[in-house]
Amino acid sequence: MNDQKQSSDIELLTFKVADQEYSLDITSVREIRGWTRTTPMPHAPEYMRGVINLRGTVLPVMDLALRLNMTSQEISDRNVIIVVNMNGALTGLLVDAVSDIVAMKEDDLQPPPEASSNQSVPVVRALTLIDDRMIRVLDLSAIVPGSTDEAA
Amino acid sequence: MSEENDPMAEIRSSFFIECEELLEALQDALAEIDDGNEDPESINVVFRAVHSIKGGAGAFGLEPLVRFAHRYETALDEVRSGRLVPDADATRLFFSAADHLSDLVRVCRDDEEVPTEKSDELLAQLDALLGDVVEEEEAEVADFEPLGVSMSLDLPDIGSAGNGATSLNLSPMDGPEKSLFHIRFKPDFGVFETGNEPNLLLRNLAELGIADISCDMGDLPLLAELAPETPYLAWNVVLEADIDESEIREVFEFVDGLCELSISSNSAQKNATDLTPISPPEMEIPSAPNAIVAENTSPVKTEEPAVSKMTPAAKEPTNTAAKSAPTPSTKPAEATAKQTKSKTPKSVVRVDLDRIERLVNLVGELVINQAMLSQSLEKVGLSPHSDAMSGMDEFQRLTRDIQDSVMMIRAQPVKSLFQRMSRIVREASSAVKKDVKLITIGETTEIDKTVIERLADPLTHMIRNAVDHGLENSEDRIAAGKSSQGSVTLSAAHRSGRVEIEVSDDGAGINRPRVLQIAIEKGLIAADSVLSDSETDNLLFLPGFSTNAEVTDLSGRGVGMDVVRTAIQALSGRINITSKKGVGTKFSISLPLTLAVLDGMVVEVANETLVLPLNVVVETLSLTDNNVEMIAPGQNVVRVRDGFVPLFDLGVELGYRDTALNVAGSIVLLIALEDGNRAALIIDKIQDQRQVVIKGLDDRYSRAPGIAAATILGDGQIALILDPTDIIANATETPTGSTLPTERKVGT
Repeated sequence: MNDQKQSSDIELLTFKVADQEYSLDITSVREIRGWTRTTPMPHAPEYMRGVINLRGTVLPVMDLALRLNMTSQEISDRNVIIVVNMNGALTGLLVDAVSDIVAMKEDDLQPPPEASSNQSVPVVRALTLIDDRMIRVLDLSAIVPGSTDEAA
Repeated sequence: MSEENDPMAEIRSSFFIECEELLEALQDALAEIDDGNEDPESINVVFRAVHSIKGGAGAFGLEPLVRFAHRYETALDEVRSGRLVPDADATRLFFSAADHLSDLVRVCRDDEEVPTEKSDELLAQLDALLGDVVEEEEAEVADFEPLGVSMSLDLPDIGSAGNGATSLNLSPMDGPEKSLFHIRFKPDFGVFETGNEPNLLLRNLAELGIADISCDMGDLPLLAELAPETPYLAWNVVLEADIDESEIREVFEFVDGLCELSISSNSAQKNATDLTPISPPEMEIPSAPNAIVAENTSPVKTEEPAVSKMTPAAKEPTNTAAKSAPTPSTKPAEATAKQTKSKTPKSVVRVDLDRIERLVNLVGELVINQAMLSQSLEKVGLSPHSDAMSGMDEFQRLTRDIQDSVMMIRAQPVKSLFQRMSRIVREASSAVKKDVKLITIGETTEIDKTVIERLADPLTHMIRNAVDHGLENSEDRIAAGKSSQGSVTLSAAHRSGRVEIEVSDDGAGINRPRVLQIAIEKGLIAADSVLSDSETDNLLFLPGFSTNAEVTDLSGRGVGMDVVRTAIQALSGRINITSKKGVGTKFSISLPLTLAVLDGMVVEVANETLVLPLNVVVETLSLTDNNVEMIAPGQNVVRVRDGFVPLFDLGVELGYRDTALNVAGSIVLLIALEDGNRAALIIDKIQDQRQVVIKGLDDRYSRAPGIAAATILGDGQIALILDPTDIIANATETPTGSTLPTERKVGT
């Protein structure tokens, strides 16, 4: 769903997870909200933080650091939850902090080098440079279980 | 016919929805006649309902339905015209026929096998009722004119159309040459007024073969002169297909009489000769014999611009009554105009359940939001008399009102359910040859739609039981000084925020010594048990009490009352039984008004707040060293009076903690499981008992066993709603397969 036409403009929401900079296509972001206590789900995978109340609906929240196989930081009030829309279903992603929104051309995105990652699922869709900092563009469909339910 | 096609399927399904309504009206009116109401309108309602079903069924080619409805209608018309005065037997026959008609509708809807034997049997009875009156039918045609229904036309014509189709079908089989048809289709006013869509017709036509469709815009006026409701376009279609003409005509069945349609075939050699005698090449549909119009199917959504603009009248649910088939002489536009005016439609809106669901959710959010807002206002320390706080009070009242109103949208009167039960009584009583009358009270009581649907099975079972076993046979009744006609009373009423449904009979009451004897024989209770009357009555609900044929004189048909109780409990309801010897038996069901809220017990386990359905909690206990016994390491039972109940730690089962707390001193909930067993769950603290709004959980993430749903508490936090039966089932899943838990599953 993130495949835009060549050279079209793209806006990225950049954020920090475990001191690394990541980004997501802003069109998949519904809202950003502060951290609230989650209600843990019994027997859920470790990266599932639990569920929160998003204006009357039950929103599952995922710890993005744990999902990306990094160690989770201590959670404080400064953490935020990015609510993303994946095929109509909402999921919350727990991140350290949201940094910026940047606009760029699709051409500025570079595919990640082959086998650069030891992760079984390629979650990084592309790489790009912003002010000489490398930003990873995440592939949302690889992170959030969609219609094709991945075993977690 | 292209029923697999989406637009057709939509029309078809709305026809069946309409049938449900017609059948309900039919039952109502029959009941009025049965009660001795002489109002001629009642029989008219019955007649029109049957006629409308027949009309629609004809449009969809549902032959068995048409055949039965037609004969039924003929009999009803005799009553309507006053030539036949229905006695009790005739009314009963009409009831059976109505029941069978609804069977046929269902069978046709689900594409099941048609019970022809039953049709024939009932038709024979109807014919017998009519006697020789039926022969006069042909001559009586003129009498039916006011309604515009020419009875004599329909059945023979359909028959001949059917015959025509079969004989024609043979020709393509002889030689598989494709025929070439030239079709000209020009809609009249009526096509749009009845909500038909030329586009779909043409699309359906194109599915029959290779179609070359061209639009004739010759009649199209200048824009200034264009009247949006007037059809100007005509279409010429050259269709090359391996079909016969009747199949083409089927496509235009709905607009039959509402358009100019001409079909000419340039079919290959022998087909042409076969075709001509039956259907002349130039054939105007309005003059075609098969003249059934299907206005009672709901309007198709149109996407086409100006041309197919629907008149408001067409958008209203077209009236079900008086669907006359336009005779060749009638101008189609006039005919439809008359029909739409003939009766003001009921002001009912059919709404997708999903939309209501969404509204219910939004209102749920509003209520929670309001609670949170008022909590935070209180925290700020505003005076209760300040404007903000009194405004808040008003806001709270309004949100409550909105919530109640929204819940009422989902509510439906139990009437339709009760009508189904009156059918059960008729069938059951004739099966066991007892004279039984069903008395219904509180038909207008409203319950959540889903609850109504799920009540049908348990109620059916209870009604059958009442007729079959609750009531004595006539001789015994007379001997006991009762009237020979037994009665079963079905009542519904609202009582303190719940719905009470009662099924009672005036039979002999429960034979308690016999119940005790059976329970002892089956080993359900100890031979020397001493039970109170109500305890004895409640034995009927035990699983395994009546799964055996030899006890059918109590609960019959191989299914026990435990199934009924399980179904009621699944609706968060309770069921009770009371019986008085010689006076009768009464089952009382108490149900929540809606499934959207739940009476819950809010508990705390390992600092998490959880909700258990209140109806499964039998009692609460506190553990001491004396009443807990260990069977094996990690496997305990708690002694409750004389029984031993397996003990589980809820925190461990849910993976909140690894090891159970010190059992002594903790609180346990004694839970009644669906299989009738009991289990005890250790919890940390009981917080509250309250109603909670049920929220569904996202299914994408592996749902933990034992978690049924979630709810939002007053502080905005989410609490999980547990399904204790599921939790215990998962806890007791052991490799050894023993009935008692041998190992405790520790959560990951």
